[in-house]
Amino acid sequence: MSNGPLVNPRKAMGALALLAGAAVLPLLISDPARLNFLVLILMAAQMGVAWNIVGGYAGQVSLGHAVFFGIGAYTSTMLGLSLGLSPWLGWLAGGAVAVLFALAVGWPCFRLKGHYFAMATIAVAEIVQILVTNSDFLEGAVGLSLPLDRSGPAAMVFLSKLPYYYIILGLLVVTVLVAWAIERSHIGYYFRAIKDEPEAARALGVSLTRYKLIALSVSAFLTAMGGSFYAQKEMFIDPGSVLATSISIKIALVAILGGVGTLLGPVLGAVILITIEEYSRTLFGSTGSGTDMIIYAAMIILVAVFSPSGVLGLLSDLRRHLPGGGAKPKKATKSAEIRP
Amino acid sequence: MNAPHLLAVDGLGKSFDGLVANRDISFVIHAAEIVGLIGPNGAGKTTLFNCLAGFHTPTTGRITFEGHDITGSTPEAAAALGIARTFQIVRIFHSMTALENVMVGAMLRNKRVPEARRKAEAELAFVGLTHRADTQASDLTVSEQKRLEVARALATEPKLILLDEVMAGLNPTEVREASQLVHRIHQRGIASIIVEHVMEGIMPIAHRMLVLDYGAKIADGTPAEIAENPAVIAAYLGE
Repeated sequence: MSNGPLVNPRKAMGALALLAGAAVLPLLISDPARLNFLVLILMAAQMGVAWNIVGGYAGQVSLGHAVFFGIGAYTSTMLGLSLGLSPWLGWLAGGAVAVLFALAVGWPCFRLKGHYFAMATIAVAEIVQILVTNSDFLEGAVGLSLPLDRSGPAAMVFLSKLPYYYIILGLLVVTVLVAWAIERSHIGYYFRAIKDEPEAARALGVSLTRYKLIALSVSAFLTAMGGSFYAQKEMFIDPGSVLATSISIKIALVAILGGVGTLLGPVLGAVILITIEEYSRTLFGSTGSGTDMIIYAAMIILVAVFSPSGVLGLLSDLRRHLPGGGAKPKKATKSAEIRP
Repeated sequence: MNAPHLLAVDGLGKSFDGLVANRDISFVIHAAEIVGLIGPNGAGKTTLFNCLAGFHTPTTGRITFEGHDITGSTPEAAAALGIARTFQIVRIFHSMTALENVMVGAMLRNKRVPEARRKAEAELAFVGLTHRADTQASDLTVSEQKRLEVARALATEPKLILLDEVMAGLNPTEVREASQLVHRIHQRGIASIIVEHVMEGIMPIAHRMLVLDYGAKIADGTPAEIAENPAVIAAYLGE
């Protein structure tokens, strides 16, 4: 996989073809609802890839990533409302605040191992959600609306859905490139070492705290950018829409469903999860009355029981077992299992 | 650094909630020396290893390595100074290939991936695992996994390597190979402390033996001296 010093030409061509397809796809679609559906997939994919950096590669399962999503959304929105700051700068500011928060929270939480770390992240996210809901400064449960009078590229407000599609596609590409760069560098090796055998990693000179904090910070920054994007797209945020527990679960599930610790697994997971979500919504006619949580729960059970390495893991297993399936049997698969 | 010895342990003690695992242990290790560490089960050998490698903070005493006081340092600091270790129960990175396992060790001295790969290939060759480089580590045999841990530790460029029962569970041929491996490590100028129950593996190659019993050092001498030592015989055979 990341064994060659050069980029694998076949994989690079595949990635470029995929990207070209993604760039052309919206031009073939005129229905705004369909286009919005694609935007939702890209958003989920971007968050899943970002989560995967800490939850997949480094194996530190966070079930509180909504807190970073919310920090991004609230920071860029507040800066826009109070200082008139461009959302493009607000994006970076949101990421920076999320990194500071990640460092402050990660320091104590990373002393906890496995399931206890996951539980701590849930607690942190719940606390922040309650604090924001009761904050007058952030308009509490009422939420914040972006001014509708400004539009155009500078304000990142558009009447058509198309610019949003390209912005989130660009953000997804950046996020994937960051994950790819990490995967190929010593940091990626250290993350996997920490996930597999933390004590052995320490014996080889790897500082667990430092590398876990790097993983969480990078993941938080990218997740916050996703949150800022959401705020710009919806023009309205409240604790229920950007800090809810269901967002945390969805972010983690996208990566787990597709394949934790794999570069494009979360993208595949996003396509599957959002498609199921949309169809169930039309089928049951629900407006977030809990069917989504039922679906998430069902998928977690299915993945945990049948394919802990996600859909990508399942596919590579199938390929290995089919005669002449083209897979190199001696080569180790990188697909990792969920081991909180 | 003209320290007369590589490692000096002075009055080291370690207790867990009142249970004494190590008491008043003192010894020195010289550069490139092969030292066997033996003793009955529960004598405190692994606790001593964990203190030396920074995994435990000693309750009393002092550990110095090349003149640095490393008492109670962290494992990552110990590794950076040049103390490497293997684990009694192997702790390989199971989702990685054999080569990638060793690369993680090599990255301590050089973070660049191509250099780490080159170094890792050399260390895999040193332990005789070149043909298994691209095999997933979890698919290796136990004997291969133990050698993989040695290669991984050597890739950190240690001055002292702590080998925890690398010969346990090996057949006679593999024991002989492991002994030769330890000897070749010595030839590279690396000192080793070897916890071992397999006497025919350790006695012929050790320059010196340390014997622990009930957490205390009861003997320190050449393998021949140790074999004759009444305290050692008593510890192993019972009074």
